[in-house]
Amino acid sequence: MSRALTRIAHEILERNRGLDELALIGIRTRGVPLARRIARTLKEINGDDVPTGALDITLYRDDLMRHPVGPQPLVRRTEIPFSIDDRKIMLVDDVLYTGRTIRAALDALIDFGRPRVIQLIALVDRGHRELPIKADYVGKNVPTSLKQSVQVRLQEIDGTDEIVIEGEP
Amino acid sequence: MTTRAVERPNHAERPQAQDVAAPQLRSRHLLAIADLDADEITLILDTAVAMKEIGGRAIKKVPTLRGRTVVNLFFEPSTRTRTSFEIAEKRLSADTLSIATATSSVTKGETLVDTVRNLEAMSPDMIVMRHSSSGAPQLLSRICRSTIINAGDGMHEHPTQALLDAFTIREHKQRLAGLKVAIVGDLLHSRVLRSNVLLLKMMGADVWACGPATLIPVGIERLGARATTSVDEAVEGADVVMLLRIQNERMHGHYIPSVREYFALFGMTPERVRRANPDVIVMHPGPMNRGVEIDSAVADAPYSVILEQVSNGVAVRMAVLYLLAGRDERDEGVNA
Amino acid sequence: MKLLLKNGRVVDPANGRDGAFDVLIEDGRIARVEANLPANGADVLEIAPGWIVAPGLIDIHVHLREPGHEHKETVATGVASAVAGGFTAVACMPNTDPINDHAGITQFILKKAAEARLARVYPIGAVSLGSKGDQLAELGEQKAAGCVAFSDDGRPVATALLMRRALEYAGMLNVPIVDHCEDPSLKGDGVAHEGYHASALGLRGIPGVAESLMVERDVSLAELTKGHVHIAHMSARESLRAVRAGKDRGVRVTCEVAPHHFTLTDEALEGPIKYDTNLKMNPPLREAADRDAMIEGIADGTVDLIATDHAPHHADEKMLEFDRAPFGIVGLETAVPIVFDRLVHAGKITVRRAIELLSVNPARAFGIPGGSLSPGAPADVTVLAPDARTTVNASALRSKSKNTPFDGWELRGGVAATIVGGAVVYRG
Repeated sequence: MSRALTRIAHEILERNRGLDELALIGIRTRGVPLARRIARTLKEINGDDVPTGALDITLYRDDLMRHPVGPQPLVRRTEIPFSIDDRKIMLVDDVLYTGRTIRAALDALIDFGRPRVIQLIALVDRGHRELPIKADYVGKNVPTSLKQSVQVRLQEIDGTDEIVIEGEP
Repeated sequence: MTTRAVERPNHAERPQAQDVAAPQLRSRHLLAIADLDADEITLILDTAVAMKEIGGRAIKKVPTLRGRTVVNLFFEPSTRTRTSFEIAEKRLSADTLSIATATSSVTKGETLVDTVRNLEAMSPDMIVMRHSSSGAPQLLSRICRSTIINAGDGMHEHPTQALLDAFTIREHKQRLAGLKVAIVGDLLHSRVLRSNVLLLKMMGADVWACGPATLIPVGIERLGARATTSVDEAVEGADVVMLLRIQNERMHGHYIPSVREYFALFGMTPERVRRANPDVIVMHPGPMNRGVEIDSAVADAPYSVILEQVSNGVAVRMAVLYLLAGRDERDEGVNA
Repeated sequence: MKLLLKNGRVVDPANGRDGAFDVLIEDGRIARVEANLPANGADVLEIAPGWIVAPGLIDIHVHLREPGHEHKETVATGVASAVAGGFTAVACMPNTDPINDHAGITQFILKKAAEARLARVYPIGAVSLGSKGDQLAELGEQKAAGCVAFSDDGRPVATALLMRRALEYAGMLNVPIVDHCEDPSLKGDGVAHEGYHASALGLRGIPGVAESLMVERDVSLAELTKGHVHIAHMSARESLRAVRAGKDRGVRVTCEVAPHHFTLTDEALEGPIKYDTNLKMNPPLREAADRDAMIEGIADGTVDLIATDHAPHHADEKMLEFDRAPFGIVGLETAVPIVFDRLVHAGKITVRRAIELLSVNPARAFGIPGGSLSPGAPADVTVLAPDARTTVNASALRSKSKNTPFDGWELRGGVAATIVGGAVVYRG
């Protein structure tokens, strides 16, 4: 996993001339430690601090309130301790799937300000997009069937780094 | 990176990668603290933390309750609580409507049940109600389809007030368990007292209730508080001091001889506050009667968190609205 | 018209009888009570094994609501409810609209009862005009019209002076004063018993002392005047103490307890239906110690009789906030099952005592006919089925109103037949 993240960090540096105006925002929950790791790697390579924030998109989901069964998802704090106006924001998520989380994240970001550019970093792209959304940086493409689920486990949260695919292909 | 495929049967109870399988509120209404358990209270307070952050943004709005209609049905006048609910509802993008009964059909003799049934015919999703009769929300919950949130019923409970009080305490003290909380005032007639005693007791705090003997409700120990008529005893070493209003009409029931004497015996003065823990916070649900239950010097002191209570009220009410407003399927779609 | 009640267990405390006897009724009166009577052309009503043949039950505290509140109950529906509950006679309270403080109202009520031809009705007249407590009503005229007692029920007799005079005057007429004992200043705007549950539910409380203080007043005044005071719907243990002390001194005080006060407590307000207005009555349901004291008093004889305080209210009126709902529950059709289930089968009292409480003593307290199966007495008979399983069904009550807290209760005890003046007016 660290190789993929390092590769992404190098790609970011290649495609952007320098890191000024760049900021990483991880989508809760697992996008956040990933964003922090990328920021750390960028600092190791380049020496600059990249501002990092955490975005909770629960309240922006399009599937809330639609079905009368099951619990409300837990809402956590959004922490973006910097202005996003005129910045190049790199959203970081662990798994890119239908694209709906990213749509919600875009809605949330717009309420915070007006970035100059928003790009998407996904550790895993498992396909099956339902909206016209694509990742600008991908760690690994993992083709899956709709019957499968893909879970990323991270040291910081789950104690180990791995990707777990469940279900029949 | 390590990838592994796991042959495990699909089942609906799969935990989602993105969200922890969240605990939920068991009841579809919020009628009383007495109906909640400690886990539910923690859930509401934790959710309120996230909601509070929204109030710090430039655009204080999220689309979560878009398209939902919430009616604020206030049979008792209230600026503070009603405004707090309205702001909470608007921040969640709900359509909100406030009905104050001076202009409503109730003054034409319509019963509570008929008033609400007529309202229900217009399909509100949630009704936030304040009423002067204890048990009015319970009556409604038996005949209504909408979700009911109790914004204060008679002398019975004011659940969101106790929740915002707990939120405020927790912000300052990082916990509720083990704290000494002194509540001083007209205990007998106070719904804020009952809700607070139940909640604080449930969360492990040590609650002391203090007031004139004429205003101590029978059985308060069984509710969960130690009762005393000595304000010094109550405040001694307290981590939190909460003051309750004394209303003028208490003199007509022979409860207290005068507000002057009440202030002399029970009013919270800086001298009395000095007996508390040096980190004490002083609270009041409002509106305050300066010079009756609380000295102005105390109300305006740095240890007074009264205005914070008000702003926390919006966050806590947003949390309650969110948690009650709808249910989400345990879905996979968030793995976006 | 001859009717033979065959093979029953006759429990007739007034005549010291408890055994297998047949009862022959002729022309509306008890003719013979003996074993193995031949039918001789009489209609035969076979009494099933286990059933009890008792003197007709009498409920001396009932609200028939007519005139003025006919949406809650009428005399006709009230007496239908009474006979379904096994009662052959009821005494009805004067808090109608207009208040029964005048012979014309008494006559109206008697006329309605006669038309219905079910249970006998004995009106209780108001002590004061309009029950306002200012001026004595025409007690003499009212007695002549048919009143058997006087009360300002709904309220206490307003002042000690008025109570004194009423006891003296009614004593002259040989008629009791029935008092709704309550100190208005202590009662205030209370709606529930002052105790832990009222505090937890945020309901204004009425302490037991509000009742007992007035009981003590009345006992003292009965002592002074040598009049007869009957304490209505007693509920508090302090009241029982005062009655007991009065009786020990030889005061002419009698008292009644309603079934809900020896069955339910204020804990019921907390659920399963919180703030159920079918649990709201005055005096309120009190705490366990009071309920237990009532049972003790019933068992040891301090309590003279059981009366239901049957108080019908329309469903709309009870579908209100607890504070605003009217006080009162119906009771005529649940009394017998509750007395048998909670007192007799629970081993607290004997069948004989139950009949004393429900028939003998009510007749005696008000000096009305009934309470025994003596030959020559009116043929008012209640056939009880002490082991019948009854499930209370509020919607099936014959009363016009269904405000009972006992809906769905499964009780052991029921009414097999009610006979008034020799006519079978109800079959269970």
